[in-house]
Amino acid sequence: MNLKSRYVKQKIWHGILLFITGIVVAFVFGIVIYLFIKGSSTLSWEFISTHPDQGMRSGGILPAILGTLYLVGGTIIFSLPVGILSAIYLNEYAAKNRLTRMIRLSIVNVAGVPSIVFGLFGLGFFVIILNFGKSLLAGSLTLSILILPVVITSSEEALKAVPNEYREASLALGATKWQTITKVVLPQALPGIITGSVISVGRAAGETAPILFTVAVYSMRSLPNSIFSEAMVLPYHLYVIATQIPNAPVDMQWGTALVLLLLVMVFAIVGSGIRAWSRVRKIK
Amino acid sequence: MKKTPRFRKLKNFIIGKIVLLSGLFSIIVLALILAFLVYNSFKFFSTYPFFEFIFGDRWFPSNEKFGFIPLLVGSLEVAFGAILIAVPMGVGAAIYIGELAPRPVREVLKPIIEILATFPSVVIGFIGLMAVGPIIKRLFNLSIGLAALTGSVMLAFMALPTIISISEDAINAVPNRFRNASTALGATKWETTYKTVVPTASSGIFAAVMLGLGRIVGETMAVLMVTGNSPRIVFSWLQPVRTITATIASEMGETVQGGLHYSALFAIGLILFIITFLINLIADRYINRIKMK
Repeated sequence: MNLKSRYVKQKIWHGILLFITGIVVAFVFGIVIYLFIKGSSTLSWEFISTHPDQGMRSGGILPAILGTLYLVGGTIIFSLPVGILSAIYLNEYAAKNRLTRMIRLSIVNVAGVPSIVFGLFGLGFFVIILNFGKSLLAGSLTLSILILPVVITSSEEALKAVPNEYREASLALGATKWQTITKVVLPQALPGIITGSVISVGRAAGETAPILFTVAVYSMRSLPNSIFSEAMVLPYHLYVIATQIPNAPVDMQWGTALVLLLLVMVFAIVGSGIRAWSRVRKIK
Repeated sequence: MKKTPRFRKLKNFIIGKIVLLSGLFSIIVLALILAFLVYNSFKFFSTYPFFEFIFGDRWFPSNEKFGFIPLLVGSLEVAFGAILIAVPMGVGAAIYIGELAPRPVREVLKPIIEILATFPSVVIGFIGLMAVGPIIKRLFNLSIGLAALTGSVMLAFMALPTIISISEDAINAVPNRFRNASTALGATKWETTYKTVVPTASSGIFAAVMLGLGRIVGETMAVLMVTGNSPRIVFSWLQPVRTITATIASEMGETVQGGLHYSALFAIGLILFIITFLINLIADRYINRIKMK
């Protein structure tokens, strides 16, 4: 093969790869733009601040939004302490032994468990055995273990990024290990930990399968008033009006999908924002 | 209390134990999940004939027929189609982003791929229902657009972020001296890419594909919404099917707690857990090779 044809071949392949990447990018933008075009006409203060009406064929989605926010709040409360402590164990305490390898392997495997299996587990354990019933508590706990691997991994990355000199300096001053961790290491790692947590919590907000059997209900007259209440939640509400209710107005479906996407993207953007901000601050 | 050295020692000891317990939490969770799947499916496995379950060709809960084959075929069909779409696209995009794209372009592309990972699966399912389904319906002249193929397309896009980001890590991990050596021997950039870089990164790329497959097999809401929900054995991508995950999601609400149907759904959940567990173990084995280089 002469040089020219080899370069032609290169050009063609580069073109193909660029095209493939273009399709992926187009899909992402396509979804976001399409949802905005179709959903923005429904989006109004009224839509997000009123209850559904006429068997969900009109009215707003307030209870679903609130339900999701409560659920996310619960998930934060349960998953962050355990996740961060677990990361501290792995990065600050754990020896390089078989136990540590097993912990790491379990984290990878928990991360790979299908979301519907978390739903089954939540039903079997939190709802039935611990007798929490279908409730915000059971749902939050289920989502917490779902996002735990991400919280652990990202927190550990953040801890790893703190230079060892900091620890040594603190220990040399006579601080205990725990004082070193809480007063020196954690403050340094905090932006990274928050970034990872916010992004993973956003993921929890969009999950449907784990909450199907643990908290989500079709419709509710009142708002949830305790951690033992069932709740309407946004992703499940979208599923219900898109597939379970005949002739639900299409506009409402698009509007709900857009609100859900915006909510999840707010988490992602806030998370990335914190990361960018902390990087800039470090450079200064 | 006075902070004597002894008190500090005790405090550190207790904190150490609490931290250790948190560290062990992931193992505990994994064990609990397995334990509860086994516990709840016990009734099904002890009363329903095992061979009728594994080789049964009909899933018909109202007649107490729980044949696994239709669901397995549905899951495999959708997953196979998704992999067929996602692997060339994911690896192709990873090569472009990791090897060919200029630095500023790469910095723009990476967050865009990350955004794709944040789309909730119901939203992907909804897009499949409203936009992709109708296109497939028109393209293949079907009566409804909800078929295995629609599921494959949506799942392929859901697996792409995983496949792209891990493949790209593997490509980045290839040492530059490999590229330089290849270029010095007179290879073009493309020849270097596909004869040197990609083969060197192949175990990482394989791990990426396995992790993508794990996501595809376990994904629930999108397939539930777009594959048409019909538990019959069909060997066509243009017909409705039903996957293992969609069956659990759609039927659990109708079951009696502790009944045979309820237990059967836990049983297929257990099988799903085992399948994804194995896929992850394989992926983990290969992913460690990226780090070793």
